[in-house]
Amino acid sequence: MKKLINLTVNNEHHEVWTSPHKTLLEVLREDLQLTGTKHGCELGECGACTVIIDGEPLLSCLVLPSEVEGCQIETVEGLAQHGKPHPLQKSFVELGAAQCGYCTPGMLMSAKALIESEDDLDPQKIREALSGNLCRCTGYAKIIEAVEKASLEHQSTTETSHG
Amino acid sequence: MLRLPPFELLQPATLAEALELKKQHGEDAMYTSGGTDLYPNMKRRQFEPHFLIALKGIEELSRIEIKNGIRIGAGVSLDKVANHPFIQEHYTALSTAAGLVSSPQLRKMGTLGGNLCVDTRCTYYNQNYPWRKSLGFCMKKDGDICWVARSSPKCLAVSSSDCAPVMLALEADFILLGNEDQRTIKAEEFYQDDGIHYLRKKPDEVLISISLPEKSGWNSVYKKLRRRGTIDFPVLGAAVSVRLDEDGICQDARLALGAVSSAPVLASKASEKLLGKKPDSDLIQAAAYEASKLAKPMDNTDMNLGYRKKMVSVFASRALSEAIAS
Ligand SMILES: Cc1cc2nc3c(=O)[nH]c(=O)nc-3n(C[C@H](O)[C@H](O)[C@H](O)COP(=O)(O)OP(=O)(O)OC[C@H]3O[C@@H](n4cnc5c(N)ncnc54)[C@H](O)[C@@H]3O)c2cc1C
Ligand code: SF4
Ligand code: FES
Ligand code: FES
Repeated sequence: MKKLINLTVNNEHHEVWTSPHKTLLEVLREDLQLTGTKHGCELGECGACTVIIDGEPLLSCLVLPSEVEGCQIETVEGLAQHGKPHPLQKSFVELGAAQCGYCTPGMLMSAKALIESEDDLDPQKIREALSGNLCRCTGYAKIIEAVEKASLEHQSTTETSHG
Repeated sequence: MLRLPPFELLQPATLAEALELKKQHGEDAMYTSGGTDLYPNMKRRQFEPHFLIALKGIEELSRIEIKNGIRIGAGVSLDKVANHPFIQEHYTALSTAAGLVSSPQLRKMGTLGGNLCVDTRCTYYNQNYPWRKSLGFCMKKDGDICWVARSSPKCLAVSSSDCAPVMLALEADFILLGNEDQRTIKAEEFYQDDGIHYLRKKPDEVLISISLPEKSGWNSVYKKLRRRGTIDFPVLGAAVSVRLDEDGICQDARLALGAVSSAPVLASKASEKLLGKKPDSDLIQAAAYEASKLAKPMDNTDMNLGYRKKMVSVFASRALSEAIAS
Protein backbone atom coordinates (compact mmCIF):
# COMPACT_ATOMS: atom_id res chain seq x y z
CA MET A 1 0.00 0.00 0.00
CA LYS A 2 1.49 3.31 -1.06
CA LYS A 3 1.11 6.68 0.55
CA LEU A 4 1.77 10.32 -0.31
CA ILE A 5 4.64 11.71 1.75
CA ASN A 6 5.73 15.35 1.79
CA LEU A 7 9.44 15.88 2.12
CA THR A 8 11.58 19.00 2.02
CA VAL A 9 15.02 18.09 0.74
CA ASN A 10 17.68 20.76 0.18
CA ASN A 11 14.96 23.42 0.31
CA GLU A 12 12.95 21.76 -2.41
CA HIS A 13 9.52 20.40 -1.74
CA HIS A 14 8.70 16.88 -2.93
CA GLU A 15 5.49 14.92 -2.89
CA VAL A 16 6.49 11.28 -3.00
CA TRP A 17 4.07 8.46 -3.71
CA THR A 18 5.81 5.57 -2.02
CA SER A 19 5.61 2.64 0.40
CA PRO A 20 5.58 3.97 3.95
CA HIS A 21 7.84 1.19 5.21
CA LYS A 22 10.69 2.36 3.03
CA THR A 23 13.48 4.10 4.92
CA LEU A 24 14.43 7.69 4.17
CA LEU A 25 17.62 6.35 2.57
CA GLU A 26 15.59 4.22 0.17
CA VAL A 27 13.23 7.06 -0.67
CA LEU A 28 16.07 9.52 -1.29
CA ARG A 29 17.93 7.11 -3.54
CA GLU A 30 15.11 5.29 -5.29
CA ASP A 31 12.19 7.71 -5.41
CA LEU A 32 14.02 11.04 -5.57
CA GLN A 33 17.10 9.77 -7.43
CA LEU A 34 19.30 11.54 -4.91
CA THR A 35 21.99 8.87 -4.93
CA GLY A 36 24.67 11.03 -3.30
CA THR A 37 23.63 9.58 0.06
CA LYS A 38 25.28 6.17 0.26
CA HIS A 39 24.05 2.87 1.61
CA GLY A 40 26.61 0.91 3.55
CA CYS A 41 25.55 -1.42 6.34
CA GLU A 42 21.90 -0.28 6.43
CA LEU A 43 21.94 -1.23 10.12
CA GLY A 44 23.19 1.97 11.75
CA GLU A 45 26.78 0.83 12.03
CA CYS A 46 28.71 2.85 9.44
CA GLY A 47 27.39 6.41 8.99
CA ALA A 48 27.56 6.33 5.16
CA CYS A 49 23.87 7.29 4.99
CA THR A 50 24.15 10.35 7.29
CA VAL A 51 21.91 13.27 6.32
CA ILE A 52 21.06 16.42 8.27
CA ILE A 53 17.52 16.69 9.60
CA ASP A 54 16.59 20.00 11.25
CA GLY A 55 20.26 20.68 11.88
CA GLU A 56 21.12 17.27 13.34
CA PRO A 57 23.16 14.56 11.60
CA LEU A 58 21.02 11.39 11.58
CA LEU A 59 21.21 7.99 9.89
CA SER A 60 18.78 7.87 6.99
CA CYS A 61 18.86 4.06 6.90
CA LEU A 62 16.98 4.04 10.22
CA VAL A 63 14.63 6.99 9.69
CA LEU A 64 11.06 6.60 8.45
CA PRO A 65 10.08 9.35 5.98
CA SER A 66 6.62 9.77 7.54
CA GLU A 67 8.33 10.84 10.76
CA VAL A 68 10.28 13.64 9.09
CA GLU A 69 7.49 15.26 7.08
CA GLY A 70 7.78 19.00 7.64
CA CYS A 71 11.45 18.77 8.61
CA GLN A 72 14.34 20.34 6.72
CA ILE A 73 16.34 17.50 5.21
CA GLU A 74 19.81 18.22 3.83
CA THR A 75 21.79 15.80 1.71
CA VAL A 76 25.20 16.03 0.08
CA GLU A 77 23.55 17.26 -3.14
CA GLY A 78 22.61 20.48 -1.35
CA LEU A 79 26.13 21.34 -0.21
CA ALA A 80 27.27 23.30 -3.25
CA GLN A 81 25.52 26.65 -3.57
CA HIS A 82 25.22 28.68 -6.79
CA GLY A 83 27.60 26.31 -8.52
CA LYS A 84 30.27 26.84 -5.87
CA PRO A 85 31.51 24.00 -3.68
CA HIS A 86 31.00 24.20 0.07
CA PRO A 87 34.16 25.00 2.12
CA LEU A 88 34.12 21.37 3.30
CA GLN A 89 34.06 20.06 -0.25
CA LYS A 90 36.95 22.38 -1.13
CA SER A 91 39.08 21.36 1.83
CA PHE A 92 38.36 17.65 1.24
CA VAL A 93 39.61 18.03 -2.32
CA GLU A 94 42.60 20.18 -1.42
CA LEU A 95 43.82 17.88 1.33
CA GLY A 96 42.97 14.62 -0.41
CA ALA A 97 40.53 13.61 2.31
CA ALA A 98 38.77 11.06 0.11
CA GLN A 99 40.15 7.82 -1.27
CA CYS A 100 37.42 5.59 -2.68
CA GLY A 101 34.96 8.29 -1.59
CA TYR A 102 32.22 6.00 -0.36
CA CYS A 103 32.16 7.38 3.17
CA THR A 104 32.60 10.97 1.99
CA PRO A 105 28.95 12.12 1.69
CA GLY A 106 28.27 10.87 5.23
CA MET A 107 31.47 12.45 6.54
CA LEU A 108 30.58 15.76 4.88
CA MET A 109 27.11 15.82 6.40
CA SER A 110 28.33 14.97 9.93
CA ALA A 111 31.02 17.61 9.49
CA LYS A 112 28.59 20.24 8.19
CA ALA A 113 26.27 19.78 11.18
CA LEU A 114 29.31 20.09 13.44
CA ILE A 115 30.84 23.24 12.02
CA GLU A 116 27.47 24.95 11.94
CA SER A 117 26.72 24.14 15.57
CA GLU A 118 30.13 24.73 17.17
CA ASP A 119 32.73 27.42 16.69
CA ASP A 120 35.47 26.36 18.99
CA LEU A 121 36.61 23.16 17.30
CA ASP A 122 39.72 21.13 17.95
CA PRO A 123 40.80 17.80 16.45
CA GLN A 124 39.44 15.87 19.44
CA LYS A 125 35.96 17.39 19.07
CA ILE A 126 36.05 16.65 15.35
CA ARG A 127 37.07 13.04 16.04
CA GLU A 128 34.18 12.64 18.45
CA ALA A 129 31.67 14.18 16.06
CA LEU A 130 32.82 11.89 13.26
CA SER A 131 33.00 8.79 15.44
CA GLY A 132 29.84 7.38 13.89
CA ASN A 133 31.28 7.57 10.37
CA LEU A 134 33.53 4.73 9.33
CA CYS A 135 36.07 5.03 6.54
CA ARG A 136 37.14 1.66 5.16
CA CYS A 137 40.10 3.28 3.40
CA THR A 138 41.02 4.71 6.83
CA GLY A 139 42.12 8.14 5.74
CA TYR A 140 40.93 9.63 9.02
CA ALA A 141 43.87 11.99 9.60
CA LYS A 142 43.22 13.92 6.39
CA ILE A 143 39.48 13.97 6.96
CA ILE A 144 39.98 15.53 10.38
CA GLU A 145 42.43 18.10 8.99
CA ALA A 146 40.01 18.96 6.21
CA VAL A 147 37.15 19.51 8.64
CA GLU A 148 39.33 21.72 10.81
CA LYS A 149 40.38 23.79 7.80
CA ALA A 150 36.80 24.19 6.61
CA SER A 151 35.58 25.12 10.07
CA LEU A 152 38.07 28.00 10.20
CA GLU A 153 36.90 29.20 6.82
CA HIS A 154 33.25 28.79 7.86
CA GLN A 155 33.90 30.91 10.96
CA SER A 156 35.57 33.68 9.05
CA THR A 157 32.79 33.82 6.44
CA THR A 158 30.03 33.88 9.06
CA GLU A 159 31.93 36.58 10.96
CA THR A 160 32.21 38.78 7.87
CA SER A 161 28.61 38.17 6.87
CA HIS A 162 27.46 39.25 10.34
CA GLY A 163 29.43 42.45 9.82
CA MET B 1 19.26 -3.48 0.04
CA LEU B 2 18.40 -4.80 3.46
CA ARG B 3 14.79 -3.66 3.62
CA LEU B 4 12.22 -3.38 6.39
CA PRO B 5 9.34 -5.82 6.13
CA PRO B 6 6.04 -4.09 5.27
CA PHE B 7 4.13 -2.51 8.16
CA GLU B 8 1.81 0.38 8.78
CA LEU B 9 3.09 3.27 10.87
CA LEU B 10 0.62 4.63 13.40
CA GLN B 11 1.43 8.02 14.88
CA PRO B 12 -0.66 8.73 17.98
CA ALA B 13 -0.47 12.19 19.56
CA THR B 14 -1.21 11.05 23.10
CA LEU B 15 -0.45 8.11 25.38
CA ALA B 16 -4.14 7.27 25.59
CA GLU B 17 -4.29 6.96 21.81
CA ALA B 18 -1.13 4.82 21.77
CA LEU B 19 -2.59 2.43 24.34
CA GLU B 20 -5.87 2.27 22.47
CA LEU B 21 -4.02 1.35 19.27
CA LYS B 22 -2.10 -1.36 21.10
CA LYS B 23 -5.36 -2.74 22.49
CA GLN B 24 -6.83 -2.79 19.01
CA HIS B 25 -3.90 -4.50 17.29
CA GLY B 26 -2.48 -6.63 20.12
CA GLU B 27 0.49 -8.78 19.16
CA ASP B 28 0.42 -7.41 15.63
CA ALA B 29 1.70 -4.06 16.88
CA MET B 30 4.97 -2.95 18.48
CA TYR B 31 5.98 0.36 20.01
CA THR B 32 8.82 2.27 18.43
CA SER B 33 10.72 5.23 19.88
CA GLY B 34 13.97 5.98 18.06
CA GLY B 35 13.79 2.67 16.20
CA THR B 36 17.57 2.33 16.38
CA ASP B 37 17.29 -1.10 17.99
CA LEU B 38 14.02 -2.19 16.47
CA TYR B 39 14.60 -1.30 12.79
CA PRO B 40 17.90 -3.19 12.42
CA ASN B 41 16.17 -6.16 14.06
CA MET B 42 13.21 -5.84 11.70
CA LYS B 43 15.54 -5.67 8.71
CA ARG B 44 17.04 -8.96 9.87
CA ARG B 45 13.51 -10.33 10.36
CA GLN B 46 13.80 -10.77 14.09
CA PHE B 47 10.51 -8.89 14.32
CA GLU B 48 7.81 -8.52 11.67
CA PRO B 49 5.00 -6.51 13.24
CA HIS B 50 2.18 -5.40 10.97
CA PHE B 51 1.79 -2.14 12.85
CA LEU B 52 4.32 0.16 14.48
CA ILE B 53 3.04 2.56 17.11
CA ALA B 54 5.39 5.57 17.09
CA LEU B 55 5.89 7.08 20.53
CA LYS B 56 8.05 9.91 19.16
CA GLY B 57 5.25 12.43 18.70
CA ILE B 58 3.97 12.13 22.27
CA GLU B 59 5.06 15.34 23.97
CA GLU B 60 4.65 14.00 27.50
CA LEU B 61 7.42 11.46 26.99
CA SER B 62 10.09 14.03 26.22
CA ARG B 63 9.89 16.02 29.44
CA ILE B 64 12.54 16.29 32.14
CA GLU B 65 11.35 17.37 35.56
CA ILE B 66 13.73 18.23 38.41
CA LYS B 67 11.95 17.80 41.74
CA ASN B 68 13.03 15.55 44.65
CA GLY B 69 15.52 14.03 42.29
CA ILE B 70 14.75 13.89 38.63
CA ARG B 71 12.09 12.41 36.40
CA ILE B 72 13.20 11.77 32.84
CA GLY B 73 10.66 11.02 30.13
CA ALA B 74 11.31 7.77 28.29
CA GLY B 75 11.34 9.64 24.98
CA VAL B 76 14.27 11.91 25.88
CA SER B 77 17.18 11.26 23.51
CA LEU B 78 20.42 9.75 24.79
CA ASP B 79 22.21 12.83 23.49
CA LYS B 80 20.09 15.07 25.76
CA VAL B 81 20.67 12.76 28.73
CA ALA B 82 24.43 12.80 28.09
CA ASN B 83 24.61 16.59 27.84
CA HIS B 84 22.13 17.64 30.53
CA PRO B 85 24.05 19.70 33.14
CA PHE B 86 21.95 18.52 36.12
CA ILE B 87 22.32 14.87 35.14
CA GLN B 88 26.05 15.35 34.58
CA GLU B 89 26.42 16.83 38.04
CA HIS B 90 24.16 14.60 40.12
CA TYR B 91 23.94 11.37 38.13
CA THR B 92 27.33 11.27 36.44
CA ALA B 93 27.17 7.54 35.74
CA LEU B 94 23.99 8.07 33.71
CA SER B 95 25.33 10.91 31.55
CA THR B 96 28.51 8.90 31.02
CA ALA B 97 26.65 5.74 30.03
CA ALA B 98 24.27 7.59 27.69
CA GLY B 99 27.26 9.35 26.09
CA LEU B 100 28.97 6.02 25.45
CA VAL B 101 26.06 4.40 23.63
CA SER B 102 26.78 3.69 19.95
CA SER B 103 27.61 6.82 17.91
CA PRO B 104 26.74 10.55 17.84
CA GLN B 105 24.02 10.11 15.20
CA LEU B 106 22.42 7.17 17.02
CA ARG B 107 22.45 9.02 20.34
CA LYS B 108 20.42 11.81 18.74
CA MET B 109 17.92 9.25 17.41
CA GLY B 110 17.81 6.71 20.25
CA THR B 111 15.86 7.35 23.44
CA LEU B 112 16.48 6.52 27.08
CA GLY B 113 13.30 4.42 27.23
CA GLY B 114 14.29 2.47 24.13
CA ASN B 115 17.73 1.92 25.61
CA LEU B 116 16.24 0.46 28.78
CA CYS B 117 14.04 -1.91 26.73
CA VAL B 118 16.71 -2.77 24.17
CA ASP B 119 16.61 -6.37 22.91
CA THR B 120 19.10 -8.86 24.34
CA ARG B 121 21.99 -9.78 22.06
CA CYS B 122 23.82 -12.92 20.92
CA THR B 123 26.27 -13.74 18.13
CA TYR B 124 23.85 -16.37 16.83
CA TYR B 125 20.87 -14.01 16.89
CA ASN B 126 22.15 -10.66 15.61
CA GLN B 127 22.57 -12.00 12.10
CA ASN B 128 20.51 -11.58 8.99
CA TYR B 129 17.83 -14.02 7.96
CA PRO B 130 19.84 -16.15 5.48
CA TRP B 131 22.68 -16.53 8.04
CA ARG B 132 20.31 -17.72 10.75
CA LYS B 133 18.47 -19.95 8.35
CA SER B 134 21.57 -21.67 7.04
CA LEU B 135 22.84 -22.50 10.52
CA GLY B 136 19.38 -23.43 11.75
CA PHE B 137 17.20 -21.02 13.70
CA CYS B 138 17.71 -20.72 17.45
CA MET B 139 15.22 -20.60 20.29
CA LYS B 140 15.05 -16.82 20.47
CA LYS B 141 13.53 -16.61 17.01
CA ASP B 142 11.98 -19.29 14.81
CA GLY B 143 13.90 -22.30 16.26
CA ASP B 144 14.04 -24.53 19.31
CA ILE B 145 17.71 -24.96 20.15
CA CYS B 146 20.28 -22.71 21.81
CA TRP B 147 23.54 -22.69 19.86
CA VAL B 148 25.47 -21.25 22.77
CA ALA B 149 24.57 -24.03 25.19
CA ARG B 150 22.67 -26.83 23.50
CA SER B 151 21.32 -28.26 26.71
CA SER B 152 20.14 -24.90 28.00
CA PRO B 153 16.39 -24.78 28.54
CA LYS B 154 16.44 -21.00 28.16
CA CYS B 155 17.96 -18.42 25.87
CA LEU B 156 21.17 -16.87 27.21
CA ALA B 157 21.26 -13.74 25.04
CA VAL B 158 22.96 -10.83 26.78
CA SER B 159 21.44 -7.68 28.25
CA SER B 160 23.40 -5.05 26.33
CA SER B 161 22.02 -1.72 27.47
CA ASP B 162 24.56 0.76 28.80
CA CYS B 163 22.00 2.64 30.89
CA ALA B 164 20.31 -0.40 32.48
CA PRO B 165 23.05 -1.25 35.05
CA VAL B 166 23.33 2.46 35.88
CA MET B 167 19.63 2.51 36.73
CA LEU B 168 20.20 -0.30 39.25
CA ALA B 169 23.13 1.54 40.80
CA LEU B 170 21.14 4.79 41.03
CA GLU B 171 18.03 3.12 42.56
CA ALA B 172 15.80 4.15 39.70
CA ASP B 173 12.07 3.58 39.59
CA PHE B 174 10.46 2.94 36.21
CA ILE B 175 6.94 4.21 35.59
CA LEU B 176 4.84 2.01 33.33
CA LEU B 177 1.46 2.84 31.87
CA GLY B 178 -0.76 0.10 30.54
CA ASN B 179 -4.36 -0.30 29.52
CA GLU B 180 -5.24 -1.44 33.03
CA ASP B 181 -3.20 0.80 35.26
CA GLN B 182 -0.11 2.86 35.90
CA ARG B 183 2.53 1.27 38.11
CA THR B 184 6.00 1.93 39.42
CA ILE B 185 8.62 -0.78 39.44
CA LYS B 186 12.18 -0.82 40.75
CA ALA B 187 14.80 -0.99 38.00
CA GLU B 188 16.16 -4.33 39.25
CA GLU B 189 12.66 -5.82 39.16
CA PHE B 190 12.03 -4.64 35.61
CA TYR B 191 14.59 -7.10 34.24
CA GLN B 192 14.73 -10.88 34.42
CA ASP B 193 17.46 -13.35 33.54
CA ASP B 194 15.90 -14.85 30.43
CA GLY B 195 17.16 -13.88 26.97
CA ILE B 196 13.68 -14.04 25.43
CA HIS B 197 11.47 -12.71 28.22
CA TYR B 198 14.00 -10.23 29.53
CA LEU B 199 11.53 -7.57 30.71
CA ARG B 200 8.84 -7.90 33.36
CA LYS B 201 6.58 -5.68 31.34
CA LYS B 202 3.17 -6.53 29.96
CA PRO B 203 3.10 -6.20 26.17
CA ASP B 204 0.73 -3.23 26.25
CA GLU B 205 2.71 -1.31 28.88
CA VAL B 206 4.65 1.76 27.83
CA LEU B 207 7.67 2.81 29.86
CA ILE B 208 6.73 6.46 30.32
CA SER B 209 9.42 7.80 32.61
CA ILE B 210 12.32 7.04 34.87
CA SER B 211 12.49 8.51 38.32
CA LEU B 212 15.81 8.89 40.12
CA PRO B 213 15.96 9.76 43.83
CA GLU B 214 17.81 12.80 45.04
CA LYS B 215 21.52 11.92 45.16
CA SER B 216 23.39 14.87 46.60
CA GLY B 217 26.54 13.67 48.34
CA TRP B 218 26.78 10.57 46.15
CA ASN B 219 29.32 9.93 43.43
CA SER B 220 28.56 7.69 40.53
CA VAL B 221 30.70 6.23 37.77
CA TYR B 222 30.13 4.01 34.73
CA LYS B 223 32.86 2.02 32.95
CA LYS B 224 32.31 0.24 29.65
CA LEU B 225 34.30 -2.44 27.87
CA ARG B 226 34.02 -2.78 24.09
CA ARG B 227 36.35 -3.39 21.18
CA ARG B 228 36.33 0.06 19.59
CA GLY B 229 35.94 3.40 21.33
CA THR B 230 32.68 4.01 19.47
CA ILE B 231 29.62 2.30 17.92
CA ASP B 232 30.07 -1.04 19.70
CA PHE B 233 27.64 -2.37 22.28
CA PRO B 234 29.04 -3.04 25.75
CA VAL B 235 30.75 -6.38 26.28
CA LEU B 236 30.78 -5.42 29.94
CA GLY B 237 29.47 -2.46 31.93
CA ALA B 238 30.19 -1.56 35.55
CA ALA B 239 28.08 1.06 37.31
CA VAL B 240 28.78 2.30 40.82
CA SER B 241 27.23 4.84 43.13
CA VAL B 242 28.66 5.53 46.58
CA ARG B 243 28.22 7.95 49.45
CA LEU B 244 31.08 8.62 51.85
CA ASP B 245 30.96 10.76 55.00
CA GLU B 246 33.52 13.50 55.80
CA ASP B 247 35.93 10.94 57.20
CA GLY B 248 35.78 8.89 54.05
CA ILE B 249 33.67 6.15 55.64
CA CYS B 250 31.39 4.47 53.15
CA GLN B 251 27.74 5.06 54.11
CA ASP B 252 26.07 3.59 51.06
CA ALA B 253 27.24 1.74 47.98
CA ARG B 254 25.58 0.15 44.99
CA LEU B 255 27.47 -1.71 42.30
CA ALA B 256 25.76 -3.16 39.23
CA LEU B 257 27.06 -5.04 36.21
CA GLY B 258 25.79 -4.97 32.66
CA ALA B 259 26.29 -7.42 29.78
CA VAL B 260 27.15 -10.34 32.07
CA SER B 261 23.82 -12.18 31.75
CA SER B 262 20.36 -11.69 30.28
CA ALA B 263 19.63 -9.05 32.92
CA PRO B 264 21.72 -6.35 34.57
CA VAL B 265 22.74 -7.55 38.04
CA LEU B 266 23.08 -5.79 41.35
CA ALA B 267 26.18 -6.94 43.22
CA SER B 268 24.79 -6.51 46.72
CA LYS B 269 27.34 -8.67 48.54
CA ALA B 270 30.18 -6.75 46.94
CA SER B 271 28.69 -3.40 47.97
CA GLU B 272 28.11 -4.61 51.53
CA LYS B 273 31.81 -5.24 51.96
CA LEU B 274 32.41 -1.49 51.73
CA LEU B 275 29.77 -0.32 54.22
CA GLY B 276 31.01 1.32 57.40
CA LYS B 277 34.60 1.13 56.22
CA LYS B 278 37.11 3.47 54.70
CA PRO B 279 37.72 1.75 51.37
CA ASP B 280 41.39 1.29 50.52
CA SER B 281 42.68 -0.49 47.46
CA ASP B 282 42.64 -3.93 49.15
CA LEU B 283 39.02 -3.53 50.16
CA ILE B 284 38.08 -2.29 46.68
CA GLN B 285 39.81 -5.31 45.12
CA ALA B 286 37.95 -7.63 47.49
CA ALA B 287 34.60 -6.05 46.65
CA ALA B 288 35.34 -6.17 42.92
CA TYR B 289 36.31 -9.83 43.19
CA GLU B 290 33.06 -10.56 45.01
CA ALA B 291 31.13 -8.85 42.21
CA SER B 292 32.96 -10.82 39.54
CA LYS B 293 31.55 -14.07 40.97
CA LEU B 294 28.14 -13.01 39.67
CA ALA B 295 29.32 -12.82 36.08
CA LYS B 296 28.83 -16.01 34.13
CA PRO B 297 29.59 -14.86 30.62
CA MET B 298 28.85 -17.22 27.73
CA ASP B 299 30.65 -17.36 24.43
CA ASN B 300 28.06 -15.28 22.57
CA THR B 301 29.41 -11.74 22.38
CA ASP B 302 32.48 -10.05 21.00
CA MET B 303 35.84 -10.78 22.70
CA ASN B 304 37.31 -13.87 24.26
CA LEU B 305 35.44 -15.50 27.12
CA GLY B 306 38.37 -15.81 29.53
CA TYR B 307 39.34 -12.20 28.98
CA ARG B 308 35.81 -10.98 29.54
CA LYS B 309 35.59 -12.87 32.80
CA LYS B 310 38.89 -11.41 34.03
CA MET B 311 37.80 -7.91 33.11
CA VAL B 312 34.77 -8.01 35.41
CA SER B 313 36.81 -7.45 38.57
CA VAL B 314 39.14 -5.04 36.76
CA PHE B 315 36.27 -2.82 35.58
CA ALA B 316 34.38 -3.10 38.87
CA SER B 317 37.47 -2.02 40.76
CA ARG B 318 38.17 0.86 38.37
CA ALA B 319 34.60 2.11 38.73
CA LEU B 320 34.70 1.78 42.54
CA SER B 321 38.10 3.48 42.86
CA GLU B 322 37.02 6.40 40.71
CA ALA B 323 33.72 6.86 42.54
CA ILE B 324 35.47 6.72 45.92
CA ALA B 325 38.27 9.08 44.90
CA SER B 326 36.03 11.77 43.38
C1 LIG C 1 25.20 0.27 15.45
C2 LIG C 1 24.47 0.30 16.76
C3 LIG C 1 25.19 0.41 17.94
C4 LIG C 1 24.55 0.42 19.16
N1 LIG C 1 25.30 0.52 20.29
C5 LIG C 1 24.70 0.52 21.49
C6 LIG C 1 25.49 0.64 22.68
O1 LIG C 1 26.71 0.80 22.63
N2 LIG C 1 24.85 0.58 23.88
C7 LIG C 1 23.50 0.44 23.97
O2 LIG C 1 23.00 0.42 25.08
N3 LIG C 1 22.73 0.36 22.87
C8 LIG C 1 23.30 0.41 21.63
N4 LIG C 1 22.52 0.33 20.49
C9 LIG C 1 21.08 0.07 20.61
C10 LIG C 1 20.16 1.26 20.52
O3 LIG C 1 20.57 2.16 19.53
C11 LIG C 1 20.07 2.02 21.82
O4 LIG C 1 19.91 1.13 22.89
C12 LIG C 1 18.92 3.02 21.81
O5 LIG C 1 18.93 3.78 22.98
C13 LIG C 1 17.56 2.38 21.67
O6 LIG C 1 16.58 3.39 21.78
P1 LIG C 1 15.45 3.59 20.68
O7 LIG C 1 14.60 4.71 21.14
O8 LIG C 1 16.04 3.73 19.34
O9 LIG C 1 14.72 2.19 20.81
P2 LIG C 1 13.70 1.48 19.81
O10 LIG C 1 14.46 0.78 18.75
O11 LIG C 1 12.64 2.42 19.39
O12 LIG C 1 13.06 0.41 20.79
C14 LIG C 1 13.78 -0.66 21.36
C15 LIG C 1 12.77 -1.64 21.97
O13 LIG C 1 12.10 -1.06 23.07
C16 LIG C 1 10.70 -0.95 22.82
N5 LIG C 1 10.35 0.39 23.32
C17 LIG C 1 10.89 1.56 22.91
N6 LIG C 1 10.41 2.58 23.65
C18 LIG C 1 9.56 2.02 24.56
C19 LIG C 1 8.76 2.57 25.62
N7 LIG C 1 8.78 3.87 25.91
N8 LIG C 1 7.99 1.71 26.34
C20 LIG C 1 7.98 0.39 26.06
N9 LIG C 1 8.73 -0.19 25.09
C21 LIG C 1 9.51 0.64 24.34
C22 LIG C 1 10.50 -1.17 21.35
O14 LIG C 1 9.27 -1.78 21.08
C23 LIG C 1 11.67 -2.07 21.02
O15 LIG C 1 11.35 -3.40 21.33
C24 LIG C 1 23.14 0.34 19.23
C25 LIG C 1 22.41 0.24 18.04
C26 LIG C 1 23.05 0.23 16.82
C27 LIG C 1 22.24 0.13 15.58
S1 SF4 D 1 21.57 -17.55 23.62
FE1 SF4 D 1 20.97 -19.36 22.44
S2 SF4 D 1 18.75 -19.16 22.13
FE2 SF4 D 1 19.52 -17.17 22.82
S3 SF4 D 1 19.91 -16.02 20.96
FE3 SF4 D 1 21.84 -17.04 21.47
S4 SF4 D 1 21.79 -19.00 20.40
FE4 SF4 D 1 19.73 -18.18 20.36
S1 FES E 1 24.00 2.68 5.92
FE1 FES E 1 23.12 3.78 7.55
S2 FES E 1 24.63 3.57 9.08
FE2 FES E 1 25.42 2.27 7.54
S1 FES F 1 37.41 7.03 1.41
FE1 FES F 1 36.95 4.96 1.08
S2 FES F 1 35.61 4.53 2.74
FE2 FES F 1 36.39 6.45 3.26
